[in-house]
Amino acid sequence: MSTIIKATAVAVAAGLGLVTLSACGGSDSGKDSADSKTVTLVSHDSWAVSKNVLKDFEKRSGYKVTVLKDGDAGEAVNKAILSKENPQGDVLFGVDNTLLSRALDNGLFQPYEAEGLEQVGTEYQLDKDKHRVTPIDTGNICVNYDKKYFADHKLTPPASFDDLAKPAYKNLLVTENVSTSSPGLGFLLGSAAQYGDNGWQGYWKKLEANGVKVVDGWEQAYNEEFSGSAGGRKAGGDRPLVVSYASSPPAEAIYSDPQPKTAPTGVATGTCFRQTEFAGLLSNAKNEKGGKALLDFLIAKEFQQDMPLNMFVDPVTKDAVLPADYAKYDVKVDAPKTMAPKKIADNRDAWVKSWTSLVLK
Amino acid sequence: MAVPVAFFGIFFAYPVAAIVSRGLKAGGHWQFGRIADVLGQSDIRHVLWFTTWQAVASTVLTLLIALPGAYVFARFEFRGKQILRAAVTVPFVLPTVVVGTAFLALVGRGGLLDGLWGVRLDTTVWAILLAHVFFNYAVVVRTVGGLWSQLDPRQEEAARMLGASRWTAWRKVTLPALGPAVAAAALMVFLFTFTSFGVVQILGGPTFSTLEVEIYRQTAQIFDLATAAVLTIVQFAAVGIILAVHAWSVRRRESALRLVDAAHTARRPHGSGQWALLAGVVATVAVLILLPLGVLIQRSFEGPDGFGLAYYKALTSSDSGVFLVPPIEAIGNSLTYALAATAIAVVIGGLAAAALTRRAGRLVRGFDALLMLPLGVSAVTVGFGFLITLDKPPLDLRGTWILVPLAQALVGVPFVVRTMLPVLRAVDGRLREAAAVLGASPLRAWREVDLPMVRRALLIAAGFAFAVSLGEFGATVFIARPDHPTLPVAVARLLGRAGDLNYGQAMALSTILMVVCAVSLLLLERIRTDRTTGEF
Repeated sequence: MSTIIKATAVAVAAGLGLVTLSACGGSDSGKDSADSKTVTLVSHDSWAVSKNVLKDFEKRSGYKVTVLKDGDAGEAVNKAILSKENPQGDVLFGVDNTLLSRALDNGLFQPYEAEGLEQVGTEYQLDKDKHRVTPIDTGNICVNYDKKYFADHKLTPPASFDDLAKPAYKNLLVTENVSTSSPGLGFLLGSAAQYGDNGWQGYWKKLEANGVKVVDGWEQAYNEEFSGSAGGRKAGGDRPLVVSYASSPPAEAIYSDPQPKTAPTGVATGTCFRQTEFAGLLSNAKNEKGGKALLDFLIAKEFQQDMPLNMFVDPVTKDAVLPADYAKYDVKVDAPKTMAPKKIADNRDAWVKSWTSLVLK
Repeated sequence: MAVPVAFFGIFFAYPVAAIVSRGLKAGGHWQFGRIADVLGQSDIRHVLWFTTWQAVASTVLTLLIALPGAYVFARFEFRGKQILRAAVTVPFVLPTVVVGTAFLALVGRGGLLDGLWGVRLDTTVWAILLAHVFFNYAVVVRTVGGLWSQLDPRQEEAARMLGASRWTAWRKVTLPALGPAVAAAALMVFLFTFTSFGVVQILGGPTFSTLEVEIYRQTAQIFDLATAAVLTIVQFAAVGIILAVHAWSVRRRESALRLVDAAHTARRPHGSGQWALLAGVVATVAVLILLPLGVLIQRSFEGPDGFGLAYYKALTSSDSGVFLVPPIEAIGNSLTYALAATAIAVVIGGLAAAALTRRAGRLVRGFDALLMLPLGVSAVTVGFGFLITLDKPPLDLRGTWILVPLAQALVGVPFVVRTMLPVLRAVDGRLREAAAVLGASPLRAWREVDLPMVRRALLIAAGFAFAVSLGEFGATVFIARPDHPTLPVAVARLLGRAGDLNYGQAMALSTILMVVCAVSLLLLERIRTDRTTGEF
């Protein structure tokens, strides 16, 4: 019996030791946002910045930046709303125009007029009376086409929403589920801006009859189904049209080795919907001052010029110069479709529902 | 009993109630009218219908495929049986993300079947059903096989001697005895597939959605908390019913069967029929379970420059930008969290099991069923509940590491209770009474009477809790800090990224996770005794 007790004692001691050990191991991850020398940025998973650019900011301002990537854009916003009494960070980046009203109506942000705001184009300032959010980047959600496919088939690539429903482009388009993917939702909103609140359903019926394919997320659509991307070619993707971004062709070209003269994919510029991303100082932020400094930095020239090659988005400030590599392949979109955030907020749920039963069920 | 009750109150009931009331309360009033609204919607009814019928189909399919396996494991003695039994159990403790990935590699675009015959099953319901069979094969083999191996074969032989045909003997003698075990296994499989999340999310595409996936979409993406709350309540009710039926069938199983030592019932197969059966089961296991796992491993080594360790090496750098830390650190995080979760689960589960053996009555039985609930309640709900409730003093845990082990322990406790309970119940109460008469305090009696007898079950319970914690995904993904990802979370993140390198790294991490799970299971097999099989 005594050996059993001894063994048990040893086991218990070992167990306790492990727990204490793991407690030590975990303690370095304790709460650091209370420390006013640290400023915490909450973002969606796509956040990226050059290391030296962030270091510059840390050196100049004296703050250490902690980044919390908190799921995709919708998830990050929803979590922030649920925890707004005691937020996980000081600044939230990544609220786009489709989510803006949800964030503002829930009182997620406190007003702050960032330094340098006069450089930001007024068409992007969707909260210019109250300054609860600051525009950071912009881009367009557009149909991309596989240049090679259309050359091989001696077919003119589509240019507009109307074109996509034409028999010549039957079974060529792949798009994303609007309830799970932000480009998918953008494309739906673009079609609603084009055909009106009661007209888009008819358009989507035509698209469905024309063989549109729907997958859950952008990664799957672009990197597996689309025949024009490096990933899609490898995976045997057979759809030469995909709902993606106007900045996808530059990304496709820059990540090729060797870099081609022109991008292998093009943009149907008549199918674009403008997406602008915002950042704001969270209500109840622990480090307000640091958060404000961080917001100033996000629209400063250094960061604005660093964004295009890191996140493949366009700057919102007038004085920012596009990196040469990016500019070389960049596609100008002249008149993208837009929609007021209030209107999006009022209609999104109903539209997503009717789209789902129209196209998926 | 106070400690487990408090634990479940604070870390389960309170967060879940908070998130549900957040969704269903408007202006301080409960909006029960919303329930009828939501359930009246055709797409929600569609989800309910799909959830139910795929669970029924998965259960039937699993039983059909796994029952011959249960028989073979119970009655036959053959070389490599232990390893094979560990192998079929590996899927059960694998994270759903990894299972989804393995099946994608097998039946998805560019998968093995696509390459060989151009067959693709992803985004069809078949992929989901097959993955569910893969997952739950072990549940049937362990639950039914465990009992089958202890049934006295002489009863059936006696029936045959009296002139019954082989089929009649099986139907009239063995089947009635096995009935409750089959029912219990079927209910567990039904429960697991009814609440399936990761598998459906990865393999289902946009058209298929279970309740659990819909709760995730409504909460995380659409932010319709009211609908999510209603769905949570519906799932809660459904799971409650399943568990009640399960508890009832378990009680029936405990009664009135004369069991023999499993060591005496298994023998080497003889005759071509039995060998064919054995070969059939081994082939099924190979195709259904080993093949997906094998494809996963193979892909993890198939780098851009041919076979090699390229993806494993990539795990040690943080250049990819997906994480703030090299993905390899996820191994350390996972092990630390799982150890802490195991410690919590064993203490809480052990206390609960001890309390359940001491007392009887309706209340205690209700508590027993209650302990099982975390298995069936949406992990997403628990994760979000943690986010909004555990953020104020004295329970300001959100920024701390302990949150993850707490959530994982919630899923571990039911396994601990289910493993410990039968063994604790088998301890003769008179021994305890004798100790008390001789002057031992209750604690001392427990330490010197119960503990030595249940030490082995305790180890097995700890092993199960460890493996399950290691694989927990649904709740962890919401509360793990980005700079401290666990293995399943890291796998999911990598899978969500485009590019070969990310995919390869996901496969490599999945392989590592699988090996860790398999090793802990093999260790379990070694200490597994013939009597203490537990209820899983």
